[in-house]
Amino acid sequence: MSALAALIRRDIRIALRVGGGALIGVLFFLTVTVLMPFAVGPDLALLSRLGPAILWLGALLASLLTLDRLFTADHEDGSLDLIVMSRTPLELACAAKALAHWLAAGLPLIIATPVLGLLLNLDSAATLAVALTLLAGTPALTFTGMIGAALAVTLHRGGLLLAVLVLPLSIPVLIFGVAASQAAITGPMSFGTPFSILCALSLVSFVVGPFAAAASLRHGLD
Amino acid sequence: MTLTATLTDLANPTKFLALTARILPWLAGATAILLAIGLYQSAMAPDDYQQGATVKIMFIHVPNAWLSMFVWGVMSLAALGTLVWRHPLADVAAKAAAPIGAAFTFLALVTGSLWGRPMWGTYWEWDARLTSVLILFLMYLGLMALWRAVEDPSRAARAAAILTLVGAINIPIIKFSVDWWNTLHQPASVLRMGGPTLDKAFLWPLLVMAIAFSLLFITLHLAAMRNEILRRRVRSLQMMQASQKAA
Repeated sequence: MSALAALIRRDIRIALRVGGGALIGVLFFLTVTVLMPFAVGPDLALLSRLGPAILWLGALLASLLTLDRLFTADHEDGSLDLIVMSRTPLELACAAKALAHWLAAGLPLIIATPVLGLLLNLDSAATLAVALTLLAGTPALTFTGMIGAALAVTLHRGGLLLAVLVLPLSIPVLIFGVAASQAAITGPMSFGTPFSILCALSLVSFVVGPFAAAASLRHGLD
Repeated sequence: MTLTATLTDLANPTKFLALTARILPWLAGATAILLAIGLYQSAMAPDDYQQGATVKIMFIHVPNAWLSMFVWGVMSLAALGTLVWRHPLADVAAKAAAPIGAAFTFLALVTGSLWGRPMWGTYWEWDARLTSVLILFLMYLGLMALWRAVEDPSRAARAAAILTLVGAINIPIIKFSVDWWNTLHQPASVLRMGGPTLDKAFLWPLLVMAIAFSLLFITLHLAAMRNEILRRRVRSLQMMQASQKAA
């Protein structure tokens, strides 16, 4: 257990210090959100209607782009090989790495949501709803995206291939995240149903993600 | 993987090549006969009282849609073969199936869209089934991109196997989500496909066509596997030749 805690602490430190670049994801999130009014026009009513969708798309793309970092840096300096060979089960190590990645790159997105909600003319209840759905949904994005990141690092191909493989898998999270946010803002459906499905998706990804990522690392790194 | 290991792995595929060489003509013949019967029956089937002659698109569309999912199942079995038993033929089977599955999925989309034009008045409707088949098509293309992105076939096979299995878990979830999303955004106002229950006059041609298309898939798959094995042999021979020249 202490090995996993050490791994999480180490990954967060590396991500937040110079050269880590976890916070670039937040900057990207901000930039994408600022770009949207230029594409659809500065109509505040329209923006507040599209707001949850824009924020969800921005968060999805931001978490996708930071995923590249999940394994590559460790692969380059050789520590990934040590993690694979250590006595700690690789599945747990992968889960710890994904958790650390979410804490360093996913949580800042949620903290930034209220500010971006102001730019998109969302009222406080709507912003809270979007932030809550992001809190429940972004772990699923990280844990399913980890599979793609593990495949990409074993194949030495990142970027576009990773995006093409991961994006179709994140469609359910996007659907239920936006559905829950819209339900909280406009109704008529209850917020609870899509929100609990969103939580369920996250829980499923906690199970599937580490196993698939560990299998891909184990089969790919020899 | 060294060159000698590659060559010893080919011992088993030789038997496979000999076996399929005997089976393939019979399979191809059976496919052709069943397709002919099925197409004749489809052409002779009565017009639907509601949809007219366009209902005949169903006899092509439904088998394609069915196979688009069946092929992913075949690839998942092959993926298990790759990861669990490290069977050399499993890699070949998975790789050969992906483009065929993509082609069936594409045909299901095209025929569905051609059917939708007279029925719904539009080529594309963000209908739940169409949308999930489109996502399935994207996943096939992603898998093919993965196969093409990596030079070493066994490395690509293991990566593709993991992605195939993850996809097999995710496809039902995606299907369910898209159904939900669809009912959320548009009430069930579009005419549902298929109608209540199928009349026998439609059921028989459909069954024959489904079997014919399945046989077509098996034939194409075996032929594609043979090609892939031969392609790998050519590759290892070329590499051997190159290393001899260098030595």
